Parts: sequence; C-alpha cells; structure tokens
Amino acid sequence: MFAFLANPDRFMAFSRWAAPMFGILAAILLTAGLWFTFAAPEDYQQGDTVRIMFIHVPAAWMAMFTYVCLGVASFLALVFRHALADAAARACAPLGAAFTALALVTGSLWGQPMWGAWWVWDARLTSVLVLFLFWLGYMALRAAIDDEAKAGRAAAILALVGLVNLPVIHWSVVWWNSLHQGSSVFAARRDSGMHPAYALPMATMVLGYMSAFGAMWLVRIRAEVWRKRAAVLALRAAGS
Amino acid sequence: MLDLDPGKYAAFVWPAFAVTVAAFAWMAIDSLLRARRWKREVERLTREGE
Repeated sequence: MFAFLANPDRFMAFSRWAAPMFGILAAILLTAGLWFTFAAPEDYQQGDTVRIMFIHVPAAWMAMFTYVCLGVASFLALVFRHALADAAARACAPLGAAFTALALVTGSLWGQPMWGAWWVWDARLTSVLVLFLFWLGYMALRAAIDDEAKAGRAAAILALVGLVNLPVIHWSVVWWNSLHQGSSVFAARRDSGMHPAYALPMATMVLGYMSAFGAMWLVRIRAEVWRKRAAVLALRAAGS
Repeated sequence: MLDLDPGKYAAFVWPAFAVTVAAFAWMAIDSLLRARRWKREVERLTREGE
C-alpha cells in the first residue's frame, strides 16, 4: 500500500477521491456523534460536564495518533529521503498541533468544574503540554531554516526524539500519582470501564475525528505536492 | 431525547464545544484554501511555461 502511494502521481489520483470520501464520512460520524453526545444521560457524579469527555478524549487520542503519523513519515523521509513522506510530515504538523491544543483546552474546561482548577502541573497534563511544545518546535524549526532539505532533516530528527514522550503520556497516570483519571475506555477491570451508554457516543466521535483527520491530512499533502511542483516550475521559468 | 441544557455547567460545556467547532473549521478551511492556492499556482505556471 505504502509502495503504491509513494509515487506522487498515484497518490494524487488516490487522494482525489479518498479525501472527499473521508470528509463525507467524517461529517456523518461527527453529526451522529454530536447527537449521541447530547442524548447520553448525565453522569451521576459529573453531571452535564461528562459531555466534554466526548470531545476531549478523541482530541487527546488524536494528539498522540497524529504524532505517531508524524514519527512514521519523518522516519521514512529521513531514512529513504522520500519527498512524499516529507510532505506528509509537514502537512501533519498543524493538524496535530490543533488536536493537542484542543485536548489541553477542553481538558482545562472540564478540569475547572470537576477538580476546581484550570490547570495543575500533573504528569499527564504536563506531558501533553510537552507534546504541544514539540509540535510548535517542529513547525518553528521547519520555518527557521531556508534550505528546505536541511529543514526537513532537522525537523524529522526532532520529531523522532519527541516520540519518547508518547509512552510517558500514556503511562503517566500509572507511573505517578495523578489527578487525571486512569484509563477507563479500555480498562481491564469490568467495574472501572466505561458504561455502555457512553461507549456509543465515544466510539462515534473517535471515528469521526479520525475520518476528519484523514480527509484534512490528504488535502494538506496534496497542497504540499502542488507547492513543490510550483517551486520546480518557477525555477524552470526563471532559468529559461 | 436531546438534553441541550447543561444547567450550572453551561459556562464550561458550551465553550468546550465552541472551541472544538472553531478548531475543526480552521483546520478544514485552511487545508482547502492551501490546496486551492497551490493548485492554481501550478496551473498558472504551467500556462506561462507553455
């Protein structure tokens, strides 16, 4: 699959129909997910704030998932010097940063009524803030170096270093005493897992977020391919 | 039935959803505008090169 899509022409042909398909799927899933979100019962302890969970948890998962995508694309770009992988990495960064910012902001809006604080220097929150700083650092580094090839390599190394933070985020609630709750969606113990009434909106929103990311990532990679083609055409025009 | 009244938590629930909608709108619009801009640039340069 990757070898097939590694060819920019084949990727452009594939993404031409795949991006709108993902977009339509995302619109359907997010509409249904929002409906399920506001149809779900109030939590007996958290009241209506539980509805924030259906936008906070998918954003937090997407923050990590998009960083895995960045890491894989950066590895392929660094090792195989593949232009499309580099474009995919560059295209991923603003989306990943937005999902991470969403996780932080919606978490803060959920934390204030439940914990009595907008922010605490808790291991989970701090490690997600570090992830957000990695996103900003990645984009700043790419923008700071004029030579695009050098910028891509430097940013790819930074992205790979940042992968170390992902297990820290995931296990932070286990390794340290944390105000943030532990895993409940995939909890091993049945009595600490998510109630089925909340599983449907959660699953729908997670799939909606993933589909939306798929659509927007493909569109941004297409934009990157066109940007590189425009640079080549401009060089040719300047040389002739 | 939909429950659209978050009661005393409205000040937290609605801003959380509003910021999510705003972020999704920015991501979608920025992605589409970027793609359209560079596609048009390629088309313009191709026309000029012919």
